[in-house]
Order: sequence, then structure tokens, then C-alpha cells
Amino acid sequence: MSEYVLEARGITKRFPGGVVANDHVDFNLRPGEIHALLGENGAGKTTLMNIIYGLYQPDEGQIFVDGRPVVIRSPHDAIRLGIGMVHQHFMLVPVFTVTENIILGAEVVRFGIVLDLPRARQQVLELSRRYGLEVDPDALVEDLPVGVQQRVEILKALYRDARILILDEPTAVLTPQEVEELFAVMRQLRDRGVSIIFITHKLKEVLAIADRITVMRRGKVVGTTTPDQVDEQKLAAMMVGREVVLEVQKTPAKPGPVVLDIRDLRVEENGVPVVKDVSLQVRAGEILGIAGVQGNGQTELAEALTGLRRPQKGTLVLDGKSMPFNNARILIENGLGHIPEDRQKHGLVLPFSIADNLVLCTYYKPPFARGWQRQPQAILENAERLIEQFDIRAAGPMVPVATLSGGNQQKVIVAREFSRPIRFLLANQPTRGLDVGSIEYIHRRIVEMRDQGVAVLLISAELDEIMSLSDRIAVMYEGEIVAVFDADKVDKATLGMYMAGARRQGDDELVAAGVRTQTRA
Amino acid sequence: MKTPWRTFFRQNRGRMIAAVALVLFVAYAYNRNAQITEAVLASSLRQSIPLILGALCGLIGERSGIINIGIEGQMLMAAFVSFLVNVKTGSLILATIAGVLMGALMGWALAFMSVTLRIDQIIGGTVLNMIAFGLTGYFYQVGLATKGKFQPIAIPLLSKIPIIGPVFFQNPPLTYLTLVLIFVVHFFLYYTRWGLRTRAVGEHPRAADTLGIDVYRMRYMNVTLAGMLAGLAGAYLTLEAVGSFERMMTNGRGFVALAVMIFGKWDPLSAWGAALLFGFATALQTQLQFMGALQIPHQFIGMLPYLLTIIVLAGVGGRTRPPAAVGQPYVKE
Ligand SMILES: Nc1ncnc2c1ncn2[C@@H]1O[C@H](COP(=O)(O)OP(=O)(O)O)[C@@H](O)[C@H]1O
Ligand SMILES: [Mg+2]
Repeated sequence: MSEYVLEARGITKRFPGGVVANDHVDFNLRPGEIHALLGENGAGKTTLMNIIYGLYQPDEGQIFVDGRPVVIRSPHDAIRLGIGMVHQHFMLVPVFTVTENIILGAEVVRFGIVLDLPRARQQVLELSRRYGLEVDPDALVEDLPVGVQQRVEILKALYRDARILILDEPTAVLTPQEVEELFAVMRQLRDRGVSIIFITHKLKEVLAIADRITVMRRGKVVGTTTPDQVDEQKLAAMMVGREVVLEVQKTPAKPGPVVLDIRDLRVEENGVPVVKDVSLQVRAGEILGIAGVQGNGQTELAEALTGLRRPQKGTLVLDGKSMPFNNARILIENGLGHIPEDRQKHGLVLPFSIADNLVLCTYYKPPFARGWQRQPQAILENAERLIEQFDIRAAGPMVPVATLSGGNQQKVIVAREFSRPIRFLLANQPTRGLDVGSIEYIHRRIVEMRDQGVAVLLISAELDEIMSLSDRIAVMYEGEIVAVFDADKVDKATLGMYMAGARRQGDDELVAAGVRTQTRA
Repeated sequence: MKTPWRTFFRQNRGRMIAAVALVLFVAYAYNRNAQITEAVLASSLRQSIPLILGALCGLIGERSGIINIGIEGQMLMAAFVSFLVNVKTGSLILATIAGVLMGALMGWALAFMSVTLRIDQIIGGTVLNMIAFGLTGYFYQVGLATKGKFQPIAIPLLSKIPIIGPVFFQNPPLTYLTLVLIFVVHFFLYYTRWGLRTRAVGEHPRAADTLGIDVYRMRYMNVTLAGMLAGLAGAYLTLEAVGSFERMMTNGRGFVALAVMIFGKWDPLSAWGAALLFGFATALQTQLQFMGALQIPHQFIGMLPYLLTIIVLAGVGGRTRPPAAVGQPYVKE
């Protein structure tokens, strides 16, 4: 038996457009280990895995399985060699049942063609029992929460007798509790002899579970180490290639006049109130953070404030001027900047170029348009300037934003919004799914905007982010603001109690803080 | 207790009510005039045959991810080829086979355009239609007639049942073949490996690809095989229904078949129900015109099936869900 179950030597992959996604990458996997592959978005982790799984062909290099050189032309070959992969974006058919998804491509049949679903169902049940991966074999995948969908993906690989399991950013879509469950499953699989490649860009996770760690940066392997030789700081530095400030650096706020003033905002969804008479004031030069478990009305609040939804009741005053609802253009022209929660759905037009995405708010105005004519030259120059200024990594201003990594897509949005003269910034989950380098960058930019006198409303489900950026913190629970604090006078545990609805401040206090207009009858 | 029956009734309440109403209506009409009722019902079935074949062709394609709006053209070409082969050879069987192969060839052409060349699928289908309209119009010669027509075969015993017997069990062979094919397609789509893979490829081709399923091959196979069904519909028109060929004799059936497919929610059995409904509308229309019973200009009565198409599509359009990846060319990484 060879030392490694899987080894990649000198793998190089160039994409059309000149990106070298993998540059002579060496990677190896020992039997029964959890090997973390760590790297920023765009480092080339997925590319390397797609090569191992047969989805891409390498331009150079050789792969060995059990010490023997192999050529993997398709996923079919990979599966035959015992390699299974759970993709970053799940590869499940939503309208199929769990069983159908698991057996697809490796069906149990009678007479050569007829599906034997009862037997397949039985096999799925046995498999899920054996590995403690509980799923309902008859459920439709589209009805399942992402955590369970991931279990289905893992079962898919195990069903094909995978001995080498690749998990591509499996924790990106999970809640902290689901992450714990996943780790338990991973440990159990390891103890049963499965070798796991665990891809992530989250440092804490790597230190918690990996046996060995390989770090990639810009298509190259930086080094391989073990958790006891490093700490978060060291890993972050390896990943980013310089010292990273994990703490946000900021001076105390110097709040100016009120910029955003909303009163009695009520939003209903199918007749049910989801934002209940919320009032808020945000001053120039301060960051007001809204903490809360996701799904407590933050999304609807943000939509109402950015002109994407008409509230049932309430007023919105921006810089002393009363604003209409449900009209994004007027809000934007009056100084609204918006980093939306879902950057791909609401922040960008994915098939459009970077240049066009950078003028989505201003394309109809000079210098980008003269009358009804676009001015491509001005649009291009604008893009070149912002790409430089905001350090957007891309093959050029004309490539579709769909081809960028998440961090760079977010930078495009930030560049677009921050390069206009804005007065109020709504940052909704601004760093969701991003790597440390990008998070640090975006945090720094948001604080810069604050220091330039912009009023910032930050909505985030990451308590760490709220704590480190905000000057004041409001807690949202079931559509209401239930507490407001100065950021330096509260800790995580206390916020957690309010977020869970276990406590709320008195109405008088809330009225005094300006988040209610009257006490409840 | 939640018995399967109860669930079935709850989920199909609308259809059950419609079915009961239909049975009552037929019983009433049969009581009034047995002969006309049987004639109208038999005609409904005959009218529904090319529609269900076209709809099956469409749904197999779409279930694998390829929109086929060229069914009209496939039918017309197949009808023409069947006609020519029959005139030349005098054989009904050879003519049928020729029509079916013609349909397959056109299906393959659509697959080539949409899978390999990645041409917009709507344009690909339009190309098929234009080719068919042009070629059949150009080469058609007036005055030729087929040598014979498929004749009805009464099935012993079954054909003696009142109403059902004369409607379902006294038909020519291609009608029987079609009835069998509906169930065959249903079985293959839901109970075989081929069906599972077909549906996967139409819903999430990349997922299928990562499991080692050849998306291109599945689409080629499906669209080509489905073309055979449209070809059979064409053969049916010349060799069984009419006994000759005329310019544009498909008369929009290929497009109505698409409506049937959508109304049938991309499901073979439901589509059959839809096809029968459209067939019934057509038969009723003919009967009404024939009797001259209503004081309405015949052009308006003639609109009945098409009106029904519009109403049905406007009504169900929003509630049905086509295969997720339909119409999108798949690009391998
Ligand atoms: N199909 C592709 N075509 C062109 N460039 C690509 C493609 N896939 C990835 N890239 C580029 O290759 C680089 C590495 O990407 P990827 O492997 O997805 O990184 P990671 O998984 O580490 O975030 C990125 O710059 C990305 O833009
Ligand atoms: Mg990746």
C-alpha cells in the first residue's frame, strides 16, 4: 500500500482569458485523514478538485491513485476510482426524491432497464443508518433544508463506494449547529477509513477538524502544515500573503445630524406583519448595526428602505427630504447606496460585463450617456479606474461578472456604490460567504465611508461582524426592534438573549432611543 | 386514516368531478341518440391520435431539455414521405416505416442544431417547419392517391361492449399502436433507467453530468426517438385518417399538440386526457356544423378547438412547471 491514496503532482490548468487557476500544484492525501484545503476565493481550490474529479483536464501534471498513475477523463472514471465529490453548488435534481437523486447514474435495475425503486430505497435506508446520516428516502429534495440536502450529496458519494471524499466548501451554506453535525459525520467517516478533502476558507473550522492543512494562494500551493503548528493569524497570513488584521480598526464615531429617519414602518407579507412599526434614526458618520437571527424581518425592512417593496405604513425621510417608497431610482438619486443581501440576484446582472455592472445606477446620466446614447468610452474608463482602485481581480473590464469569484463580485458592488456621492448606506450581509482577505477589505471600506460622514445601516446575521463594526446596535426580533445599545456597552451573550426573544427593553426605553413612536397600549 | 385512495381523491378532485360530469353527459346523449353519440366519440378518438403522438414527441424532447416546436413540420414531412412511398410501393407497412424514419431524421436534425450547434431551439424548430412547408409544397403533385388505407380491425368480444366497444375496439392498427405507445412512454419515463436519466438531464443537466451521464447523448437519443412518434402521426394522417396527401394537411396539429403537452403537464397520461378533450372539441365542432343545428356561422363553430386551446393555456399556464433546464443549451465544462 502506498503512502498516499491520492496524489496530484505538478497540476497546471489555464483557462481561456489567461487565468492560471492552478500553477504546478502538488497535493496529496493520506488514507483515513481529513485534509483541509484552505485558500481565498479564486485561489484555485475548486479547479484542482474538478480536475481530480474528471470535470476538467489538466494542461500539465499527473494524478496518482494508490500510487498508480491514472488518467481521469470524466466523473465516470473518478467514480470508478472511488472518488466522490460534493460540489460547492449542490448537484441535486430538486424535483426528484432523495432515493432517485442518490441512485441516478448508478441505478438498481431489473431486466436491465426497469428501476427497482423499493430495493434502492432499502439500500439508501441502510446506508443512511450505517453512517448516521438521517434522511427520508421518499422526500422531494426541493422540500429539504440545505443541511439535509448536503447529507444527500454525501450519501450519493458513499452509495458509489467512495473512499476519497471531496467536500467543496460544505460549511458555506450551513448554520453553526449544522456545521457541528457535519463535523461529527466527517470524523465518523474518517474513522471508517474514508479519506476526506475538506475545502474551506474559514480558519476556525480548519483548526477544529483537519489532520493536515494545505494552503493555496493565487493558483499555487503555499505550504502544507498541521493544526498544532499554526494559529489563525499564521493561517490567514499564508492565505492572503501578508499579515491580516482580523480585528476591525476604527476610531470612535463622530455622529452628525440625522440622515435616515424612518417612522412606524410596517411591512406585511400575505397579510401577516413581518416588520412591525419600526422606527430608526441613523446619523451621519455612525454605523447602526441590526443584529438578529435571519428571518426576523431584516430582509423586508431592507427591501422597504431601498425601494424594492411598498410598506403598508410608515414614512421615510432621507437627509431631511420625505421620500416615496417603492421607487429605487429616486432613493438612489437622493444618496442611497445599497449592498444587497443576495449579490447575485439583486446586486449584479451576472451576464453583463464588469464595466456595465459598474454603471447600473448611473448609466443614463453624463458622462455615461449623452441623451439616449451610451458612451462606451466613458463606461470603460470608469471601469478601468474602479478595478484599479478597488482591487477587483478579473481578466478585464469586459468579462461577465458571472465569471468572478464571490469576493470580487462583492467588490464590484462596493465599487459601484461607493464611487457615487452617497449619504446613506444600507449594507445587508456585506461579507456573507467571503474569505478573510475580502472581509477585511470590505469592513475597512465601510468604516471609511462612515468616517466620510455617510450614515450606515448594517444588517448582519454574523454577531462578530455586528460587534466589530457597529457604533450602536439594535436587535430585531419577530419584526420589532426589541433593544438598542451603544456598541461598547454590550457583549455577545447579552445580545444573544435579546436575539432569541428571551428579553426586551421596556417601551419607554425604546421610545427614548427613537425606535418606537409610542408605548404599546 | 390516510388511505392511498383518499389521497388520490383529494389530489384529483377537479379531474374526478370532470370525469363524472363527462360520464353523465355521455349517458344522457347516448340515451337521446345512440348512433350520433358513438359517432362523435369515435371521431374524438380519431382526432386525438395525431395530437397525442405529437404531444408525446414534444414531451419526450422537453423532458430531456429540448424544446421542439418543429412537430408540425415533422408530421407534415412524414405524412408526405409515407404518401410517396405508398404510391410507389403500394405497401402500407413500408410507407409507415418510411414516415417514422423521416420523423426520426428530422428529430436528429433538431438535436444536431440544438445540442451540437447550440442554435436557439425555437429557431431550430422553425427551421424544421420551414423545410417541411417548402419541400412538401414544392414536390406535391395533384392527382395522386394512396393505394389503400389501413382498415378497422374489430377486437373480438371487447368490440361488443356498448359505447366503449365501437369507440375503442373497432379501430385501424395505427390507432391501436398509438394507444399502446401512450402507456409504453409512460412506463419508460417513470419506471426505467432511461426515464430517470432523461428527466434528470431535463431538470439539472450538470448534476447528471457529474454522475457520469452523457447529457448530449441522452438529448440526441430522446429527440430522435421522439421524432419517430411525430413521424407516426404523419403516417397516420395519410395512411389511416385520410388516404391521400394535401398541402399543409397537418393543419396546425403539431402546434395544438404542444398545447396538449402543456395542458397535460408534460405527463403522458394527462396529455392523453388533454388530447381526448381537444379531439372531442373537434369532433363536436364537425358534428354541429353537419347538423346545422345552431344558427351560428360555421366559421365560429370551426373555431371551437382553437378557442379551447387558448382558454386552456391561459387557465393552466401559470400553474404548471416545465422541466427546469428546457431550452437551455448545455455546455460541458
Ligand atoms: N470555467 C472557468 N473559466 C474561466 N475561468 C475560471 C473558470 N473556473 C474558474 N475560473 C477562474 O479560476 C480561478 C480559480 O477559481 P476556483 O478554482 O473556482 O477558486 P476557488 O474554488 O479557490 O475559490 C478564478 O480566478 C476563477 O475566476
Ligand atoms: Mg471554490
